[in-house]
Amino acid sequence: MTELADHVAAIGRPIKRKEDARLLTGKTQWTDNIQLPGALHMAILRSPMGHAKITKLDVSGALKYPGVEAAYSATELGDLNGSVPCVWPVTDDMVAPDFPALAKGEVRHMGDCVALVLAHTAAQAADALEGIVVEYATLPAVIDMEAAIADGSPLVHSDKGTNKCYTYHLQPQGDSAYAEAKAKADVVVKRRFINQRLIPAFMEPRAVVAAPMGTSGELTIWSATQVPHVLRVLLTLVTGVPENKLRVVAPDVGGGFGGKLQCYREEILCVALANKLGRPIKWTETRSEDMVATHHGRDQIQDIEIAATKDGKLLGLKVDLIANMGAYLQIITPGIPLLGMFMYPGIYKMDAYDFTCIGVFTNTTPTDAYRGAGRPESTYAIERIMDELANEIGMEPMELRKKNWIKHEEFPYTTVAGLTYDSGNYEAATEKALALFKYDELRKEQEKRRASGDKVQLGIGISTFTEMCGLAPSRTLGALKYVAGGWEHCTIRVLPTGKVELVTGTSPHGQGHETAWSQIASDTLGIPVDDIEVIHGDTRTSPYGMDTYGSRSLAVGGQAILRAGEKVVEKARLIAAHQLECSPADLEFDHGTFRVKGDPSKEKAIQAVAFEAFTAHDLPDGLEPTLQAESTVDPQDFSYPHGTHLCAMEVDTETGKSVMRSYVCVDDIGIQINPLIVEGQVHGGLAQGIAQALYEGAVYDSDGQLLTASFADYLVPGAPDLPSFTTDHTVTPSTTNPLGTKGVGEAGAIASTPAVINAIVDALRPFGVNDMPMPAHPMTVWRTLNAARQGGK
Amino acid sequence: MIPSTFDYVRPKSVDEAIAALTAGGEDSKVITGGQSMLPLLRLRMAAPSVLVDCARIDEMKGIKDNGDSVTIGAATTHLDVMSSDIVKSHVKLLADATATVADPQVRHRGTFGGALAHGDPAGDLPAVALALDATMEIAGPKGRRQVAAKDFFVDYFTTAVGPDEILVSITIPKLGKGWGTCYEKFNRTANGWAIVGVAAAVKVEGGKIAEARIGLTNCAAVPVRASSVESALTGVAVSATEIEAASQSAADGTRATTDLGADKEYREHLMRVLTARAVSCAAGA
Ligand SMILES: Cc1cc2nc3c(=O)[nH]c(=O)nc-3n(C[C@H](O)[C@H](O)[C@H](O)COP(=O)(O)OP(=O)(O)OC[C@H]3O[C@@H](n4cnc5c(N)ncnc54)[C@H](O)[C@@H]3O)c2cc1C
Repeated sequence: MTELADHVAAIGRPIKRKEDARLLTGKTQWTDNIQLPGALHMAILRSPMGHAKITKLDVSGALKYPGVEAAYSATELGDLNGSVPCVWPVTDDMVAPDFPALAKGEVRHMGDCVALVLAHTAAQAADALEGIVVEYATLPAVIDMEAAIADGSPLVHSDKGTNKCYTYHLQPQGDSAYAEAKAKADVVVKRRFINQRLIPAFMEPRAVVAAPMGTSGELTIWSATQVPHVLRVLLTLVTGVPENKLRVVAPDVGGGFGGKLQCYREEILCVALANKLGRPIKWTETRSEDMVATHHGRDQIQDIEIAATKDGKLLGLKVDLIANMGAYLQIITPGIPLLGMFMYPGIYKMDAYDFTCIGVFTNTTPTDAYRGAGRPESTYAIERIMDELANEIGMEPMELRKKNWIKHEEFPYTTVAGLTYDSGNYEAATEKALALFKYDELRKEQEKRRASGDKVQLGIGISTFTEMCGLAPSRTLGALKYVAGGWEHCTIRVLPTGKVELVTGTSPHGQGHETAWSQIASDTLGIPVDDIEVIHGDTRTSPYGMDTYGSRSLAVGGQAILRAGEKVVEKARLIAAHQLECSPADLEFDHGTFRVKGDPSKEKAIQAVAFEAFTAHDLPDGLEPTLQAESTVDPQDFSYPHGTHLCAMEVDTETGKSVMRSYVCVDDIGIQINPLIVEGQVHGGLAQGIAQALYEGAVYDSDGQLLTASFADYLVPGAPDLPSFTTDHTVTPSTTNPLGTKGVGEAGAIASTPAVINAIVDALRPFGVNDMPMPAHPMTVWRTLNAARQGGK
Repeated sequence: MIPSTFDYVRPKSVDEAIAALTAGGEDSKVITGGQSMLPLLRLRMAAPSVLVDCARIDEMKGIKDNGDSVTIGAATTHLDVMSSDIVKSHVKLLADATATVADPQVRHRGTFGGALAHGDPAGDLPAVALALDATMEIAGPKGRRQVAAKDFFVDYFTTAVGPDEILVSITIPKLGKGWGTCYEKFNRTANGWAIVGVAAAVKVEGGKIAEARIGLTNCAAVPVRASSVESALTGVAVSATEIEAASQSAADGTRATTDLGADKEYREHLMRVLTARAVSCAAGA
């Protein structure tokens, strides 16, 4: 056991992640590594069409292939063909089409599941797909969102009579407030931004193993999921396997970014078939399947209008969104734009806000949460339009921001969207970022390059962002019609030998929870980090939890860890006081040891107390044996990390290629538990946000063929494509949770996209460029520049 | 994805390999580094019954200095090509272009011969072989033959190598005094394929361009020489403006396609810009 004396405060230390050795070497249990005797491998025949009637479907041919045990279409599957659930009916009249796991007579997006084969090996199952006979009659597809809501559009779901899923309004100041604000404005700037469709592209493909476990009647499902707890409830509801017979395990999971926050068709099928056939069913997706069948993200048309006085005071903001649902609704598809809804005003003060979102069905893969989920879209819109407004009124873009942002002394501040930001210091973060970036020097260089007509122009992009994270107060979720709560759970057990089991309801898939959670518990209990084992991701061993997404694990789950730890210490104090023959109030607790005040020779370490709690030979009357406690915490509010991100882009005006010269960000995420993990989260987030600005974008043709269906065409950048980031921080503790933490999982992805695009636009502003579609493909930049040079806007 | 079933043989000599190819008939295929073949197999775009692995045939590996030329075994990996002192000092254009191919993992397995025999119009090395007037040695059931680079690339993914033949080695003449070279590759991510690539070798004498050879990547079904630029450059002073003017005809004789990487107009624009840049860089302008 590590010497107790070595224990120093663990919170705030950049400890290397405990879990990395096993994750990086692959010496762990990924779902695809699980091999069960007698397992059948599932392969799925998917629609190659965007929209078609299935005119003929005969799976019997597959049965003749070697190793094949069964083959199913929706017909053979009958009642076992469960429907994918959507748990966020955002309006009472939302159109929610049925989403059967296997298509019933009609396919509505490329990748829709048509039939499946079960065979002894994955290779046999893949071969046998060729034995399935299927014929399609093409139906007209609709891909473009505006076309989809125009009169006479082909319908994705003909029985629904419309492609409109819902219309959502938010007018916190009443329905005429924005018009009144606009009437007072000297300047109104309007832009249409396209927040393009992205593919999550996590490293480990999805995989599922579902197996009946002997005589207990238990069915265990291992899945590469972010949400084992949510998944259990949903699989129970969909398949009818009783919740107390269903165990869901998320083994080590290789990334998710929201893409594994789902109850997928394949998960439903594996459970239903394992239950029916009484044998393990296994499925691992190929990357090609992943590109079309894992949900996509973003995909919004954003019409943004901002009204201001001529000296730059903001008056009002109007947001009109069209959000692509894809062909069906998945777990929280319709709610994603609403997670962004509150954040369009960003860090700025204004008088009126008016938000409308129309959700639209198209013949594309369903969309859902992707790193940031709604907030990258809103941040992009507000940070882009701020630059456009600055340009319009001839103001330095940072000055415009300073003029309008919420001042440090104004917190807590209730925004025009109705949220109360608890804390922030935009001034401090910005000052630090400007200095690190050498803002003034770069502006001078920019002037020089402009004056000399350099072929390579320099642009500076700003993003002073905030976001809401830490989902979420359960009542708030209820008010938004989301059908679950937002609490989090932790159980802490100090074992007889002084080691600790910390059971968390959060479910890491690469974030480093095991290390960070140990650090929190270590400080609370005074027990070394290495003596704490974090148990997660298995509904048998950690029955309560709401899992990991929305930068919630620390902001919400951290509170439960702290509280459970405090309860353990409270109980230990009673035992120590009893044995040291003093009153509990006479004990101080420091670094894991109880000492009698005024007589420090009388002491007892918490580990020794744990042993006493185990033997139970000498406990206070009425006190239960064992040293353990649990806590379930419903957060009081969201948390609002913020930061100032600055990006310098060099744009080759001959080829249109943009190269990132430097990137500086100063994030304020409150108290940092582990700065090394924070930096890792920021780096990864930046890479994904920059990727949206420069590289990634899912492209469909008008028939619904995904043209970017492999990594050859869907460009995910690698380390050589990104500069060395300069990251720093300020610390303004959150006041809504006792640890003072805010989330950081999505910050980089939310903040960086507008910084990059603002920089490219800034580089080309002298030529008359006022917008840049994403991704800023060199050809797009070149075309936009040419059009501007020819006087077009 | 999971490939269809196939047989696999690993011959030790070129003769054995040809025998195996002949025995396998129509459906047999050579595999060397597998970096283009495996993706095809996994996507089930190819389903050969036999794969004849040529990666371990000694005769097909290694780099030899012949005095006025360099011979490279077809199965030599990209990594070995780009880190060879012989290649770096005598065929620098090839070393430079090879260093832009994909990423270290692919370069550790992929081979020079495989990259040529595959005939991918977006591959970087065919244009280099063409610009440098390389000669390919091809072995088949009827013996061996030499094919000049200009006759080697036939069409999309089609070369002079027949189904029962093997590319054994590539010989590249040294350029000699006064020559400079440059490979300009335009891609969106560091490990991405070329949207357009320009391989330039330029001989400068007395401040003027005496001779230029320019190969274009991904500008037609096969790599092409920018011959009208080559002639326009002859006798031109080594100056960026003059080179730029001469490069305006870079798209002549090309057949640019439209894909997600670029449409025809933009690709042709890139040909002109990149040709000027590659030539300027090669000529030291
Ligand atoms: C992710 C990725 C990125 C890439 N990026 C680039 C890039 O940027 N630029 C670039 O140029 N290339 C790129 N490549 C391709 C790479 O260069 C391949 O290595 C090369 O195209 C094929 O070489 P190989 O030895 O792997 O051939 P294989 O894959 O083994 O074979 C390819 C084809 O050539 C035939 N063949 C192979 N060797 C011989 C021979 N000796 N005789 C006759 N036929 C033969 C095979 O039958 C097959 O049809 C990339 C590949 C990958 C996987």
